[in-house]
Amino acid sequence: MPTSYVGQRVRRTEDPRLIKGLAHYVDDIALPGTLHVAFVRSYYAHAKINSIDTSAALDVPGVVAVYTGKDVAKIGPVPCAGALPGLKVPDHRVLATDKVYFVGHPVAAVVATDRYAARDAVDLIVVDYEDLPVVTDVEQAAAGTGPVIHESFGDNIAYKMTAGEGDIDAAFAAAERTVKQRIWHKRLAPIAMEPRGVLARYFPGEEELTLWSSTQIPHLMRTQVALMIGIPENKLRVITPEVGGGFGSKLNVYAEEALLGWISMQLHKPVKWIETRRENIQATIHGRGQVGDIEVAFKNDGTLTGLRYNVIADLGAYHQLLTPAIPTLTGLMLSGAYRIPAIQINITGVFTNKMATDAYRGAGRPEATYVVERALDLVAADLNADPAEVRRKNFPGKDEFPFHTATGLDYDSGDYEAALDKAQQIAGYTQLREEQKKARAEGKIMGIGVSTYVEICALGPSTAMPAGGWESATVRIEPTGKVTVLTGTSPHGQGQETSFAQIVADELGVSINDVTVIHGDTSVVQYGIGTFGSRATAVGGTAVYVAVQKLKEKAEKIAAHILKADASKVSFEGGKYSVTKAAGATAATGSSEPVYPVGQGPAGALPEPQTEGRTGLTIAEIALAAHLAKELPPDTEPGLSATYFFEPKNFTFPFGTHIAVVEIDRETGDIKFLRYVAVDDCGRVINPMLVDGQVHGGIVQSIGQAMYEEVVYDEQGQLITGTLMDYAVPRAKHVPNFELDRTETPSPVNPLGVKGVGEAGTIGATPAIVGAIVDALAPFGVKHLDMPIKPEDVWRIINNDSSRI
Amino acid sequence: MKKAINLNVNGVSRTDEVEPRVLLVHYLRDVLGLTGTHVGCETSLCGACTVMLDGEAVKSCTMFAVQANGATVTTIEGLATDGELHPVQEGFWECHGLQCGYCTPGMIITAAQLLERNANPSREEICHGLEGNLCRCTGYQHIIEAVEYAAKKTAS
Repeated sequence: MPTSYVGQRVRRTEDPRLIKGLAHYVDDIALPGTLHVAFVRSYYAHAKINSIDTSAALDVPGVVAVYTGKDVAKIGPVPCAGALPGLKVPDHRVLATDKVYFVGHPVAAVVATDRYAARDAVDLIVVDYEDLPVVTDVEQAAAGTGPVIHESFGDNIAYKMTAGEGDIDAAFAAAERTVKQRIWHKRLAPIAMEPRGVLARYFPGEEELTLWSSTQIPHLMRTQVALMIGIPENKLRVITPEVGGGFGSKLNVYAEEALLGWISMQLHKPVKWIETRRENIQATIHGRGQVGDIEVAFKNDGTLTGLRYNVIADLGAYHQLLTPAIPTLTGLMLSGAYRIPAIQINITGVFTNKMATDAYRGAGRPEATYVVERALDLVAADLNADPAEVRRKNFPGKDEFPFHTATGLDYDSGDYEAALDKAQQIAGYTQLREEQKKARAEGKIMGIGVSTYVEICALGPSTAMPAGGWESATVRIEPTGKVTVLTGTSPHGQGQETSFAQIVADELGVSINDVTVIHGDTSVVQYGIGTFGSRATAVGGTAVYVAVQKLKEKAEKIAAHILKADASKVSFEGGKYSVTKAAGATAATGSSEPVYPVGQGPAGALPEPQTEGRTGLTIAEIALAAHLAKELPPDTEPGLSATYFFEPKNFTFPFGTHIAVVEIDRETGDIKFLRYVAVDDCGRVINPMLVDGQVHGGIVQSIGQAMYEEVVYDEQGQLITGTLMDYAVPRAKHVPNFELDRTETPSPVNPLGVKGVGEAGTIGATPAIVGAIVDALAPFGVKHLDMPIKPEDVWRIINNDSSRI
Repeated sequence: MKKAINLNVNGVSRTDEVEPRVLLVHYLRDVLGLTGTHVGCETSLCGACTVMLDGEAVKSCTMFAVQANGATVTTIEGLATDGELHPVQEGFWECHGLQCGYCTPGMIITAAQLLERNANPSREEICHGLEGNLCRCTGYQHIIEAVEYAAKKTAS
């Protein structure tokens, strides 16, 4: 057993069940008599529903029920928690009523005894649609012209918002130089490998409903679904079994989750719906979806003086949980890693006949980092300066923290120059620039991209969050000395069963194998907020840490009482309380062995710990004494358990430098990575292996965004990237061999000093990749390219071919 | 309507009657209860449903159960022998080759076949061998290292 787990590369305790195929995702749970649900979904982007004929479907053997919009009118609307002043909120019912608003909009639900019968019946439901004019062009929507999606609103503008500090007009009026660029952030599909899924079981006798759902927010979902379907919240239990990835797409409350619960309550049977991949791309939230103009004012020496971003956000047809709030996160992060005295964002959020956009890994922050970093590259190009040096010139110094930005944030801690220095050193930046000169002279097309990012993590203080930004934890030691941790976070791949156990095992001086972390069951775990926004370790881990401290305060009092010593004379080390300064005390004699050797526990009464004459007691012995409650200090509650709800006072602000080096094939336009260096600073590291994994995964999602991925709707609103054949997720052959390193600047916001790392890769990497490709193509006059940058686009640039097939 | 099939799954002989249209993956999961094999795309593109069929890694989401009549199938549940992890399983654990774990069974089966065909693959050969399997969490680097670990372990 290592003396310390925190900071070590500890193998995950989650893994044995996963690598043996013995874990349970929603679809792996089989309840007797389960009925299966399949959906009829609109294939029109915008249409009036004249009639729905379900008669043939009801005749299919095995079909139990078919529900349409009018049958489920009592279910409350799909919730939106992103309240903004003047926000228009459409009435979002769980099934379409008189109109459909996007391809994939659920119109009817079929319930059958097996999934094949349900799918058969879906094909027999006849919906008479009358197609309506479609809105896909966000600029037309923002102009307030063209057909209107939600007629009562009069136009397609959901909200307008301006934010920022400093005199932006004065900054541009006095600017020595400016650059301006229109930038697209195409819609992306999160593509968690496990699609969404729900299993609902109503217990009519107990009047209780259990929902197993593939979600990141079990408690928030319980509250929302209870309100939607009218069941008391304390009669609804939400369980997240194994969740196969989320990336924000399961940070939501979807129509299907409420509907399945309601159907189970109608039929008194378990009902299950497992999303197909086609449904997943149609009707699970998309990410990004912005187009905007970034403008920067700066001095001749490269000092930034002002930044303005006028952006249109493509919200889709309806608001999901956080849809309108995502672009506001873009506004918060527009200062990047730089000192910029005046910043302004002007957001126009628009309705279109598409699926809603919402939080996808990074959630508004990648957009901010991308436009700021692209703008810095344009500034460098304008000044004919090195892009790394322009960045360095505008960094706040490491002694200037907390650093106030003109977006209204106070960055907690940072040393941006150290991360840049380290990345440049690892990459051999100066030499790379020399190699680039040589390569160009030889006719090769090579480019280097630099991104120095800051992100906002540990979401967040409750004042800045729609439904609480704290997190909860309970730590208890059972009578046998085993430690149980209940966390309000809901990990789904991040590895907190391991990293939280590392924290607890260190604090209690026990083996990590004696610690079990439980999450994702609202009947077992106290209310929690969930896993998103790179918050689980910084907020949830801190809750765990403080709960352990509370538990230890109690344990120490019990120890002092039993050891007949003053609490000030009792110390804790290596899992043992000992009397340190008692006269005549000898070394502690407490055993570090479990109280009960495995398999030898008594069947009857618990044996009392032998405390007489001892000068030391293990934490396990104290736990047993606390449960037997025969020898406790006066007025002490029996048991050994502590709960803590941690409210962070600020966000945390991780940062880093990514450097990408690419070479382009002149014949094919193919883009190949030569190097990829990332130096990330996520504060104190609990488990470096898990941090590396988060960074790798994030960067590869950035590679996808930069070079492959794009959700495409045609002008009729038809989704033409509806399968993984058309929507290109990166494969093993697409990724470089990453060279990772770290700097470590602890956060002052929490006692662990951790910042968060879940989204660093999707935030820091796209500008480095695009910067490298643009840099490679600079000799062809290229200053900016929009993502995804495909070989075809590159080939046309090289061949000066502006034609389109 | 239903057809009788006989096959050997993870060393156990199975005889069942299934509808001809039932997919192999649904037979394995819903009839045999072997839920380690996952469905990720229903179109052969993601590889989450990969199983070994007569020694070949196949995608069980686009194959009918009746087509597996007479075959020997190994799923993720059958890969460890006598409670001892397959070297590829061990590699995934040691090298953090998984996060959410959903693609993992298919990825491990594919990697096991890759190593059977090429005991000492280069990084490029590993990437090529895993081309039919998607992972959205790991960025592949730790998966590649897991396969390298398994190759070394098997050689020693």
